[in-house]
Amino acid sequence: MSRRTWVLINSAVLLLCLLGLWQAVVSLKHLPAYMLPGPTLVAVAIEERFPSLMKSLLITAEEAGGGLLASIIVGMTVAMVFAQWTWLRQLVYPYTILLQTVPIVAVAPLIINWVGPGLIAVSTVTFVICLAPIIANTTQGLISVDDNLIHLFVMHKATPAQILFKLRLPNSLPNLFTGIRISAGISVIGGLTGELFAGSAQVGEGGLGYAITYANNQMETSYMFALVLAATLLGFSFFFIVMFLEWMALHNWHESKRADVGE
Amino acid sequence: MVNVPEVVLQSVDKRYRTGAAALEGISFEVERGEFVAFLGPSGCGKSTLLRLVSGLSAATSGSVRVNGMTPDNARELMSFIFQDSTLMPWRTVAENVGLSLELEHAAPPLRSERVDRMLNLVGLTHVARRYPRELSGGMKMRVSIARALASRPRILLLDEPFAALDEMTRDRMNEELLRLYEEQKWTVLFVTHSVAEAVFLSTRIVILSSNPGRIAHDVAVDLPWPRTAEIRDSLVFEQTVTGVSRLLRGVMQA
Repeated sequence: MSRRTWVLINSAVLLLCLLGLWQAVVSLKHLPAYMLPGPTLVAVAIEERFPSLMKSLLITAEEAGGGLLASIIVGMTVAMVFAQWTWLRQLVYPYTILLQTVPIVAVAPLIINWVGPGLIAVSTVTFVICLAPIIANTTQGLISVDDNLIHLFVMHKATPAQILFKLRLPNSLPNLFTGIRISAGISVIGGLTGELFAGSAQVGEGGLGYAITYANNQMETSYMFALVLAATLLGFSFFFIVMFLEWMALHNWHESKRADVGE
Repeated sequence: MVNVPEVVLQSVDKRYRTGAAALEGISFEVERGEFVAFLGPSGCGKSTLLRLVSGLSAATSGSVRVNGMTPDNARELMSFIFQDSTLMPWRTVAENVGLSLELEHAAPPLRSERVDRMLNLVGLTHVARRYPRELSGGMKMRVSIARALASRPRILLLDEPFAALDEMTRDRMNEELLRLYEEQKWTVLFVTHSVAEAVFLSTRIVILSSNPGRIAHDVAVDLPWPRTAEIRDSLVFEQTVTGVSRLLRGVMQA
């Protein structure tokens, strides 16, 4: 049996033990379901309300994913502009760092006020919190190019566009993916936060954040657990997708993706 | 046709932005086909000198001519080899070697033919599809040389290219470089801080003094050609190394 399979089996056993312990505590202490439902009740809630759970999950995935994607496109563009014009970078860069420290909970109502409630507003909230890590990391990667490589390009009469796309951009890929990984993690938080403020056009319909507020008001604690689980899974799948893309882009050449590390 | 020297520097001064003089009153000529080594204490401006010739940096005063042209206009004639191999890790060996042709938008068939030839020249055909991280230091340096040769330069500028290699690899690289030099007849400007390397490789050694960098000595190296590894064991090699070392010591004490 390979080491990897062994680790997987151990993790699965640990998970089962924890679930068992949880169920035991709930059953032995006779805790009411609205305080702490057992895993079986949560499972029942998932099964009974699976369609609406999936619907909420997809809505949030769309909002968070859309915001994340927009932040990657805009963030990369801004970083490339920064890399081309140093004076502009020096002028504007401090403000992009400021962007990172803006408390999103305070700004979200404003954004919704401007954009109007709904998918676009929630995506915008996500976009705002995802943008700074992308800009900061990509800019770093674009400007930290070996001086001699730049000299080499200059000696061979490379145009500024060639230096940007053939040298700076590939050089920044590891940093870009670091930024995307950070942003992917917080994009789900952005989506949920946005939904808490934006609410929904129809009662009972909406993303995970909206559904969590709703379930909380209705004291449907077991469904709340199901929603939290769904939100966690969503964040995890974003992270996993980014890790996969990163591996695809870097495994051939980048030191951090060496296949033989630790073997 | 008037025979223009390949590289001419006339009373060249170079000051840093701080105002400190890096090079002062540098004048020399390099004829086509010469292999000139530049020796000197660290900080004497040897590397700065190469950058002036390459056009990567401009002289504060005086004139630099390459084949009668300004360095900027003579860029096609020159290739620069740096101290590190400076390969792009995201490109395969072949893609690294083909860089200059790619930047010039050379047709793909020409590009791959030339890349194959260069890899063959440095004996790296078998690693063409590998990435730099998979290569040893010596192999990376050979890729770097192949890349420099791909644009078919007449003049090679080498800035301590083998300084980071172990001694055995370094000796072997020296021999390979000479084999290529005798075959391709470039003009070579080679910066090093190893006397033995300078003596083994060059037809002429220029010794610089520091603070500010000035030419202290300009000596011809009269060792027979072709130069093989055995030359290092000969008496005349020993004597030349001793002589040049003495000159260098004199410069460093001054």
